[in-house]
This record gives sequence, structure tokens and C-alpha cells, in this order.
Amino acid sequence: MTAQTHGSNAFGAGLPPAFLRAGSSSFAEFLTQVAPDLLPSSRATLSDATELSPHGTTIVACTFPGGVMMAGDRRATMGNLIAQRDIQKVFASDEFSLVGIAGAAGIAVEMVRLFQTELEHYEKLEGAPLSLDGKANRLAAMIRQNLGLAMQGLAVLPLFAGWDTAAEQGRIFSYDATGGRYEETAFHAVGSGSVFARGSLKKVYSQQLDARACAMAVIQALYDAADDDSATGGPDLARRIFPVVMQATPDGVSRLSDAETSEIAGEVVAARMERPDGPAAGVI
Amino acid sequence: MSSPFYVAPEQQMKDRADFARKGIARGRSVAVLRYAEGILFVAENRSQALHKVSEIHDRIGFAAVGRYNEFENLRIAGIRHADMRGYAYDRSDVTGRGLANAYAQLLGTIFSSGGEKPYEVELVVAELGPAPGTDQIYRLTYDGSVADEEHLAVMGGSAEVITDALDAGYRDDLSLAEAVRLAVRSLGSDAGPDKPVRELGPDSLEVAVLDRSRSQSRKFRRITGPALQRLLDDAPTAG
Repeated sequence: MTAQTHGSNAFGAGLPPAFLRAGSSSFAEFLTQVAPDLLPSSRATLSDATELSPHGTTIVACTFPGGVMMAGDRRATMGNLIAQRDIQKVFASDEFSLVGIAGAAGIAVEMVRLFQTELEHYEKLEGAPLSLDGKANRLAAMIRQNLGLAMQGLAVLPLFAGWDTAAEQGRIFSYDATGGRYEETAFHAVGSGSVFARGSLKKVYSQQLDARACAMAVIQALYDAADDDSATGGPDLARRIFPVVMQATPDGVSRLSDAETSEIAGEVVAARMERPDGPAAGVI
Repeated sequence: MSSPFYVAPEQQMKDRADFARKGIARGRSVAVLRYAEGILFVAENRSQALHKVSEIHDRIGFAAVGRYNEFENLRIAGIRHADMRGYAYDRSDVTGRGLANAYAQLLGTIFSSGGEKPYEVELVVAELGPAPGTDQIYRLTYDGSVADEEHLAVMGGSAEVITDALDAGYRDDLSLAEAVRLAVRSLGSDAGPDKPVRELGPDSLEVAVLDRSRSQSRKFRRITGPALQRLLDDAPTAG
């Protein structure tokens, strides 16, 4: 019997022999065996492809007692043009974790889909979810796979955060293009406006902030990023487009409603009318 | 050179079917039934780790009886099939009918090929529809035949007796607690209609639902421990 393992057969009707073979609980590994053309990293590029894909920009995250908050602006750029005004760059990767993406948007969105499937696949096969560290490591492996494309200008740099059910705290992980994984304490930002966002969070963040104050802090940070980085979009009051803000808590992942984010963004904008540089921190 | 004995194809199929049926009859039973808010799976299973009931995809659940290694293999293949389709196309393109067909082809091919022994398993693939009337329960047997069950399906050794007990108390507007109690009582009456009903506690039950009222896209939920005990204790409603 010949094994029909490649091409459309793998996701058509029937169960080819490869589906019944013993293997690991990783969906990405299974995909590598039966349909490698579906992997985000399967694109072949020979030269610089930076100009071909829109880029996502700034993602920020911070922890609070009882959870972790993540927010992303809504802009995607292609060179000096705005490719999309209302792109979503923060996603739930499963019931207790969030992933935000900066970098080549096309590959990043596909990587998020693969990552979501990977986590769910493992959970269904094993009957228990991966640990938060396990999830962070799986994401690192996917970025490592993408190194070839990163060198062609299609780097994907996610920010990963989630509620650690074992340690009972919110945690944040950042990555580099080679798949290096780094745990961050308290807060972090990635993407083109991250320098300004991090500077902003440094001044307003404290461990005592509650969930709402954290949502305010991340929107302030995105405002500061948009203020100084042309690739990051600020709140669009005319079109009613506001940052995507999501949180992971012991109750699971949830997205702040448009009403909530527009209210917080409204407060931030009103305060900036008084003081355009945002809240002032003491000099000592 | 001696020539092999001639065995009529009818006899060959009958032997294989008897072999598979014997294997299946050894195990404890599983009941799958529709209730007001979704589809309920109840298995008599003393292991908390080796499942007979499982999630396949957002709206699709799986239940099996027979040889554990065989149906576990089929379960994993089903999850791979569903996740692969959901990833290559879209989550909404994963259907219970597609999965039931894939299982049917596989089981049918193995049953009628002379080389391999037939699988000693029986499966249910259940899919939650958008509205109560649109739920599907597909029941697959070892030879790859598929039955589209209206309200309920029972598999395992004493399937007939249990089906009769379930049929007697079944309504399609059962609440979850009523449906769980009916299924547990029916699984316990496997000795026959006039024999005493065995008491089955949470430790010997595996219960899960595809719950339409769940807000998440993944509708499958296991009911264990105290939550299951509460459903079993729930005082029967009059009427």
C-alpha cells in the first residue's frame, strides 16, 4: 500500500495511513510530516521581501495582581503607507494565554493560527493543557523555524503572556528572531514603537495597579508610542477605532469591549488635551 | 503443494463479524443522547485517565467501546483529521459527517481486507447543530456501516437492554440533570428489565456534554467530581 501523505489528500476526505501512525502530540510536527506546504515557514524567497508584507507595529503587556493585560494598536504599514487601520494584532492563543504580534503581518497571523491549533491539539490528545512554560517554548520553536524568512526581512516578533494556573500569576515572554525566549517581569513592549511604549510604562506602571488601571497604562503607552513612531496608530476618534485590549485571568481570557476601550481612550485623550505629554512623574 | 481450504465469502465475513462482536461485547457500555441544550455522553468507566469519551473539535464529540488501543488510535486520527481541515480551510468547515465518513471508509476497508484483523470497536461521532433539531448522532460499527441515530445511541455488551431502558424514559426536552440520571439508571439496568438496577457513582462514570449554551466556540465539557454528584443527587422533578 502506498502512503498518501502529501498534498491535498492529507486534508481531504478519509484517513490516510499517516493519521494512524504513532507520533507526538504536536500538530506542527504532524503538519511537517503530512502537509509541509501548509506551514507558515514554507515560503521560498530568494531575496529581500520586506516590501511585500505589511508590518504590524506596537504591542504592550503588563501584569497586575490576578492577571495580565495585553494591548496592541490597530495600524499595519507598508513602507511609508498605512496598509490597514483596524488590524487585530492581539489574540487569545487558548483559554489562558494571549499572543500579540509585531513584524511581517501575513506570516505572523498564520503563525498565530498554527499556534492556536497546536495548543488545542495537544490539549485534546493529552487530555490536559500544556504548562505556560510549555506553551512559551512551543512558540519559540515556531519562530526558530521562521529564521530563514526573518533573514529575508520577514521576521515575526510576538509577545506572549498568560495566566500560569500552577504558579497562580500572570507572566510575560518576549522573543528574538532566532527563537530566543525571555521572561519579562512586570511589563514589556515589542515592535517599532516599543522603545517609547516601554519608556512610558516605566513611568506609570506599579505592581499595585488593578485591572482597569493596567488597561489605562497600556493605552497610555500606546498613545506615547503613536506620538513618536509614525508606524504606530493612536486612538482614531473619528472612525471609532481603539486599541485591542485583552486580559488573561484565572477565569480565562477576555477582550475588553469596544465601549470600555473607547471610554478609557477617551479619558486618555481628554487628559492629553490638558497635558500633551501625558501624566507627569516626579523627578525623584 | 497443498491447496488452501476454500472458505465461502459469506462465511469469512460472518466469522470476522463474530470475532469483532465478541470483542466489543466484553466492555462496559456507553450511552449518547440528545437533551434540551445539547448532546450528553455517559460511559461506565472506572478509569479516570483512560477515556472512552473525547472532544474532537468545536462542536464534535467522540465516544467508543471495544479495544482501548484501537479506538484511541481512531480518536487521535479523528482529532488530526479535524484540526488539519480546520487549519487548512476554516474551523466551520470541520463537520461530523466528514469525520463519520472518514471513519466508515477506514473501518470498512480493514473489515473486508483479508490481511488485517477487523477492529473490535464501535464508535459514535456526535455533532452539535446550531439549533436543537439539527444535532447529529452517527453510530459506526466495526464493519464500517454508519447509522444516523434520531435521539440516542447505546454501544457495548448490553446495548439492547440499555437501549430499551433509555427509550422508555426518553423525551427530547430532558434537562441535563434528568438526562444524566436517565442514562445512569439505564446503564445500571444492563442485567435485564426485571433485575435490580446497579448503583453507579461518580467514580465509575465518565460524563461529558456538547453544550449549546456554552459561550466559547469549543462546546465540549467534561462533568466530573462534585458537579457530577450534584446532577446525580438532583431531586427528580414531578410530572
